[in-house]
Amino acid sequence: MDWIVFVVAAAAVLAGALGVVLSTHPVHSALMLVLTLFGIAVLFVAQEAHFLAAVQVIVYAGAIVVLFLFVIMLLGIDKSENLATERLPGQRPIAYLAGLGVIAAIFLLARTAWVSGAESVAGAADGPGSNVEKVASSLFTRYLLAFEMTSVLLVIAVVGAVVLARHSPSGGVRDAEET
Amino acid sequence: MMHAVWLIPALPLAGFLILLATGRKLGDPKAGYLATAMMVGSFIVAVGVFFDLMGMPGEERRFEQDLFSWMAVGGLDVHVGFLVDPLSVTMALFVTGVGALIHLYSVGYMHGDERYPTFFVYLNLFAFSMLMLVLADSFLLTFLGWEGVGACSYFLISFWFERPTAATAGKKAFVVNRVGDFGFMLAMFLIFATFGSLNYVPVLEEAGTLAKGTASAIALLLFVGAVGKSAQLPLYVWLPDAMEGPTPVSALIHAATMVTAGVFLMVRVNPILDMAPGVLTIIATIGCLTAFFAATIACAQNDIKKVLAYSTVSQLGYMFLAVGSGAYIAAIFHMVTHAFFKALLFLGAGSVIHGMHDEQDMKRMGALRKWMPITSGTFIVGWLAIAGVPPFSGFWSKDDILLGAWEKNRLLWLIGLITALMTAYYMSRQVFLVFYGGERWKKADSRTPAEAHGEPDHEPAATVGAAGDHGAHGDFKPHESPGTMAAPLVVLAALAAVAGILKSPLEHWLEPVLAHPHHFTSPSGTKLGLILVTTVAALAGVGIAYLIWMRRRVKEGAVEPEVLRRAWYVDELYQKVVEAPARAFANFSAFFVDAKVIDGTVNGVGALVRAGGSRLRTVQSGFVRNYALAVAVGAVAILAYAVARSA
Amino acid sequence: MSVPGAWYLGLAAMLFTIGGVGLLVRRNVLIMFMCIELMLNAVNLTFVTFARMLNDIGGQVVVFFVLVVAAAEVVVGLAIIVSIFRRRTEATADDISLLKG
Repeated sequence: MDWIVFVVAAAAVLAGALGVVLSTHPVHSALMLVLTLFGIAVLFVAQEAHFLAAVQVIVYAGAIVVLFLFVIMLLGIDKSENLATERLPGQRPIAYLAGLGVIAAIFLLARTAWVSGAESVAGAADGPGSNVEKVASSLFTRYLLAFEMTSVLLVIAVVGAVVLARHSPSGGVRDAEET
Repeated sequence: MMHAVWLIPALPLAGFLILLATGRKLGDPKAGYLATAMMVGSFIVAVGVFFDLMGMPGEERRFEQDLFSWMAVGGLDVHVGFLVDPLSVTMALFVTGVGALIHLYSVGYMHGDERYPTFFVYLNLFAFSMLMLVLADSFLLTFLGWEGVGACSYFLISFWFERPTAATAGKKAFVVNRVGDFGFMLAMFLIFATFGSLNYVPVLEEAGTLAKGTASAIALLLFVGAVGKSAQLPLYVWLPDAMEGPTPVSALIHAATMVTAGVFLMVRVNPILDMAPGVLTIIATIGCLTAFFAATIACAQNDIKKVLAYSTVSQLGYMFLAVGSGAYIAAIFHMVTHAFFKALLFLGAGSVIHGMHDEQDMKRMGALRKWMPITSGTFIVGWLAIAGVPPFSGFWSKDDILLGAWEKNRLLWLIGLITALMTAYYMSRQVFLVFYGGERWKKADSRTPAEAHGEPDHEPAATVGAAGDHGAHGDFKPHESPGTMAAPLVVLAALAAVAGILKSPLEHWLEPVLAHPHHFTSPSGTKLGLILVTTVAALAGVGIAYLIWMRRRVKEGAVEPEVLRRAWYVDELYQKVVEAPARAFANFSAFFVDAKVIDGTVNGVGALVRAGGSRLRTVQSGFVRNYALAVAVGAVAILAYAVARSA
Repeated sequence: MSVPGAWYLGLAAMLFTIGGVGLLVRRNVLIMFMCIELMLNAVNLTFVTFARMLNDIGGQVVVFFVLVVAAAEVVVGLAIIVSIFRRRTEATADDISLLKG
């Protein structure tokens, strides 16, 4: 059963990823991204990370991909792109080589260097209690300061997004109304 | 009064500072009177200190005043302090005394000059520096004054810097003096390395323990410094040019005080000199040759101040002859009398120049005694004094020097005697040309002096005025100078006439300063004979001049050969030997080393960076995906390194 | 729980590489952005896998933070894209090279 789930989810993840990269149309890429995100969410569930799976679906698939689609529509750039051409000389071969190098290096390193270190430093992942409970208790005790910082970060991001999106050289509000 | 010794240099310093701040507001003539008052105050303090010192028992006449620590670096701890002993008090007395008189004279002489207050600023600064020089209790403090007077000399020579000749003369004095200063500095290094101190008292007390080689090196280096400052061969060339400065400056700095600093220094370090008999011989020889050499040039000069300048060089040579003979007291004695009569002669010359409306050529003067009675009377006293006619002061001091030379070396004595004859001759020539004979200026009054011959005119604005006022209308008349100028002349003339009586008091007074007091050993018969010979020589010089310049027995050209007129072509020689190679080297440095090597290196680095930049800028393509690729390649490289390490 | 962590990690490595190559190859800024999301997700997957292998809840907390940062990043990034490409018909990264040296 576990293997079936893993294989299916992994196939969805890889298919989605390839779809994102290979689609000529941005909207298709966005939809393929959703497929990958769902696959990841399934793999989270398979590894007992229920809370993160839920957040993955809600935030990523729900909010972020929708945001992508909004922007695609907003800018009116939903045109297909010719993947056969490349203006920058040498960009593609080197990119492929770099990708090959990364994956090869990771697998080579995995042969000698493997997961090590102390277990359950921030609290055990198994045992009694739900996953949400455990994440929450860790988040609000050990990682409280970092958690509070994220709120600041989000506020800054929101303000920045508003300023960037509204402000343009030809004058703010009217410009936004045009688009 | 003894503890007020610091006031002696402090008063001119205060004058300098006050004039610096308010000189322009005080203006002409208040600034001059203020500066003079400071000098007079300084003189009064010096007199007070002198009487205090007189009150002490003979051998203990020494007082040290330590004011504050100037600098303490490791083992070197230099204090600002004063050493009061008979030598420094003598120097301080005549520096302040003659200085005050010349300040007073300048009040009248500089009247109407645009930069009148500035002149007194420099003059007071000079007095301060000179007094620091003589009163200092350490070599370094003396050096401070030494450099101070050098700087003031430069300022004052080129006081009328609008004239290119004055600016050049100032630079020349500065550069030539630098050579001597190097000797002084090296001597100080050597003294500190040897004694671990720069204070006069410990150094001079231990001088007797010096090795002969060290003593000779120190003495020789100090003498190099003295040669520069006191204008001896071969560094005398700056002094004749220094006559470009205002005449009171010539009198104060380039006759009475600053140029005697070298002699003072030699006498101050007499215990070291006594340890180096070879150096003493060198000093005597150079002094003697300088005296003779400068006297020959003075015989053929036409500029009234140039004659006096070469005469100063010559008389300074006499002083070094005395130092070299071990007759230190005779050197100081001649320094004092020379200060009186040479300052008098210079001030008299200034008065003549003033009265003749900035004419300096003696060939265009004559019969001035009718028009300028005070000037001519005092000038004649000065003439008799310098010529060595008894009983005027110059006779006594010069006689002592020649006696010392006689005991040192007969050849030096002979040269000294011939020089004395020439001194009498050229001074008589000057007096006859200026004050006697026909009124030659009448023939020349249609031309301005500057146009007539290339001589530097005294002051540009005044010359134009003089030519306009007198030359054009033909009513030019020499006139006597105002009271502020005449009074110092009279005082100095009195001093020059009677200073000979100082001879024997001065000998007793200065004895404690000397490590080995020098006594003339010749029998009195020899002494008397020498006096007679000297007197005859002086009178012969006067007589020859009378025959040539009053009776006109010989044609002028015959006694003024071109080679003397051009000062033995020494300046030209220096130009060829020193200046031309230096200029060539400078050109080489400027146009090859600097332009090609140094600039080439700098520009080469620039060009390299520029070329490298223009190649490398293509890397900055502006395409964000290129940058991302670079990041990816870098990440792969790091991973590859990790793989290589783990394998 | 029978699937070993190594498989998850291998999958994450492949996902990361695909995202990376896609970022380098594609011209459309939005798709480049999506490739970055792929890479972030690959890393998230490794974090969760490590959390399971080491029995440590900390890995999941870190993923939570990555999600928050990713959300903020997307918001700001898309705002920038909007303000740059507002008047263009194509959102191509190669069109912008004003900082060319």
